[in-house]
Amino acid sequence: MLAVPVTVPYVRYSIRAAHWWLARALSLLLKESGLGKDEIDGLTVSSFTLAPDTAIGLTQHLGLSPRWLDHIPLGGASGVVALRRAARAVQAGDADVVACIAADTNHVDSFRLTLANFSQFARDAVYPYGAGGPNASFAFLTAYYMRQHGATRDDFGKLCVAQRANALKYPHALFKKPLTLEEYLSARPIAEPLHLFDCVMPCAGAEAFLVLSEERARALGVQYVRLKGTIERHNAFASDPVQMRAGWALDRDDLYRQAGAAPQDMDFVETYDDYPVISLMQLEDLGFCGKGEGPAFVRRHTFTHDGSFPLNTSGGQLSVGQAGAAGGFLGMVEAIRQLTGAAGGRQVEGAKLGLVSGFGMINYDRGLGSGAVVLEKAQ
Amino acid sequence: MSEPIRAKRKNPVLRTRLPTLPPAARSRAALGLTAAAALGRFELQQCRDCGAVQYPPREACQKCLSILLDWKPQPEGGELLAQTVLHHSNDLFFRERLPWRLGLVRLDCGPIVVAHLHESATQRVRVRAALDRAGQAVIAALPDKEGSDMADDRQLREFTCDPKQRKVLVSDGKTALGQALVKEMASAKAELIWVGYAEPWKKFAGFDELAQIPQVTLVPLDVTDSKNVRELAAEIAGKVDIVVNNAEHHRTAGISARQGVETARAEMDVNYFGLLRLAQEFGPAMRSRGADGRASAVAWVNVLSIYALANFPPHGTFSASKAAAHSLAQCLRAEMRPAGVRVVNVFPGPIDDEWSQLLPPPKVAPAALARAVVSALRDGVEDVYPGDVAQEWLARWRDNPKALERELSA
Repeated sequence: MLAVPVTVPYVRYSIRAAHWWLARALSLLLKESGLGKDEIDGLTVSSFTLAPDTAIGLTQHLGLSPRWLDHIPLGGASGVVALRRAARAVQAGDADVVACIAADTNHVDSFRLTLANFSQFARDAVYPYGAGGPNASFAFLTAYYMRQHGATRDDFGKLCVAQRANALKYPHALFKKPLTLEEYLSARPIAEPLHLFDCVMPCAGAEAFLVLSEERARALGVQYVRLKGTIERHNAFASDPVQMRAGWALDRDDLYRQAGAAPQDMDFVETYDDYPVISLMQLEDLGFCGKGEGPAFVRRHTFTHDGSFPLNTSGGQLSVGQAGAAGGFLGMVEAIRQLTGAAGGRQVEGAKLGLVSGFGMINYDRGLGSGAVVLEKAQ
Repeated sequence: MSEPIRAKRKNPVLRTRLPTLPPAARSRAALGLTAAAALGRFELQQCRDCGAVQYPPREACQKCLSILLDWKPQPEGGELLAQTVLHHSNDLFFRERLPWRLGLVRLDCGPIVVAHLHESATQRVRVRAALDRAGQAVIAALPDKEGSDMADDRQLREFTCDPKQRKVLVSDGKTALGQALVKEMASAKAELIWVGYAEPWKKFAGFDELAQIPQVTLVPLDVTDSKNVRELAAEIAGKVDIVVNNAEHHRTAGISARQGVETARAEMDVNYFGLLRLAQEFGPAMRSRGADGRASAVAWVNVLSIYALANFPPHGTFSASKAAAHSLAQCLRAEMRPAGVRVVNVFPGPIDDEWSQLLPPPKVAPAALARAVVSALRDGVEDVYPGDVAQEWLARWRDNPKALERELSA
């Protein structure tokens, strides 16, 4: 079971360390759940800017003594992977209550430093080429996708505009102004064909949730949702020249078999949306449409929380902001809110089943990690 | 077609762009690319066990996990899969130079590479490893067929030291090599060429011919005279974009064939201290102009000798002076690197001049050596081994330095 979705409100820049953000998230988890700190006996931590510390250092920093601990530095795949590992720990009895926390700070220069040292391959073979960061890598993917599958900027714009509409109903979103398609199309270029509103804004923030047994959730009296199925895969399709698919395409049948559901049963979907092309890739790989049919799918649907295909209902990272590894938790936290009726003005009506997808770590020319979960409203 | 470069007069009121470097950090594995690029070669790691070509550089074969990865020359062809133009960069060097074109290329030998992309490149490309302003290797993707003005590509020029529209100092115009260098620089469209000559009271052979080249200004320069070097630097060091130090003193002697140290000292005075004097007086001004517009200070060329790598006993003291100069040039390279000024070391085998008359051919002709220098500047190479003898010695030295020492002493 997943419960107690919490968000530490984002800011563009923070003078605090990642530890501060992680501590705030844990504190919120305790406050919302009524648990004491000693009752957290499992912990996963995801953060880029926690370095040189890792999860184990954080236990001393925060005065925790968990009997199960995991550091999950998987970027945008962190949320799904944290949930998978925590759920197994609870299932196996290794922990009773696992706090899954992701947070990153954002100092004025920390994004550049994170990029410059992101990975050995990035430092050797990507960063010296214009130092564009992920914008450059995803520009290649986007250009290739547009050429292969006939996507246009209007298609990507439609997703961005809809997500902004969702974000206006999400109090923690950093973007508070509506976005029109005209504004999207006339924005300045960043890394062609990507323009300003195709790119996420780095910021500081934290997201967290609890994983625990149904009995424990009931005893605490918290709203919870059920994990129905989940997949994870790394470095899939390594010989594809340009990434047009990831592990979901390999494992999605397994996901839907576990969940006892089909793509069309989902009431909403939370994709990892560092760039809109990645959302299309996930929708295709997860079987909502065929490979290359993303553009037609976009033209056929509306994506606001009250649309024909509610997508990234809190606005996604494109409109909320990308708080480092917390961006990999954004969809998970939002899905828990949707399935516990806690999504306020952006509530998807009658939401019973939701899919959350994660994607992370541009080690060199492509994102390596992918995962997905199907969550169900508890009866 | 690339637009031709027109050097514009600098407005002295506007800021001088200060030198910044592209990101220079590399893993040790990745420096293999730099080692090959320094010689103008495109090499990637190739697995000795399964033959798979690897990129980015790594410690183990991604196919069979063998750790026997050798840097081997690779075919340069590739297919451009996707391209982008950056309008934003996180790095100061590139921020100053936006927009910036990049390509994603599938090499014919297998790997996918991110490359700096020439503006005329289309689907078929050929890649090169070139040294960037930080002195580290980067991969550039060029049009499959070479265009006449390829060196004018704005981005490519950031990595090369093309003499075109640049101001050059050749430290000794008296020798055949010096005169060949001046002619080569002139035909490479250098804007101005200062040509040093050590004894201004007498005309040397070829003086008139040099003086007729429109870009040439002959200047008194004796690299053994500290005061003279300082005076010339005061006049022109703030304008020189490329120094070519070819001043050389060369006598044939080992240790026991000649009494006293006068000849050896004269060789050291020109070949080693001459470089030191020039570097002390011209280096600082060039460092401050490392990013000064499109015609910035870019390169320092040292004509050394293949004998700098291993002593050639019949020319023993000369070899020693060149070895000393080589060592000093490495120091100069380290000091010039933060400004993006490349130090190019040229290691010719015997030159076909009066001081190598007892050596059998092949000997490198002065004109060929001069062409090699200009090519190195254009290609972003920093170690040049022109001519068959130099190439052969380099191969022997890389294979087994001790074996070469024994062979040379035979």
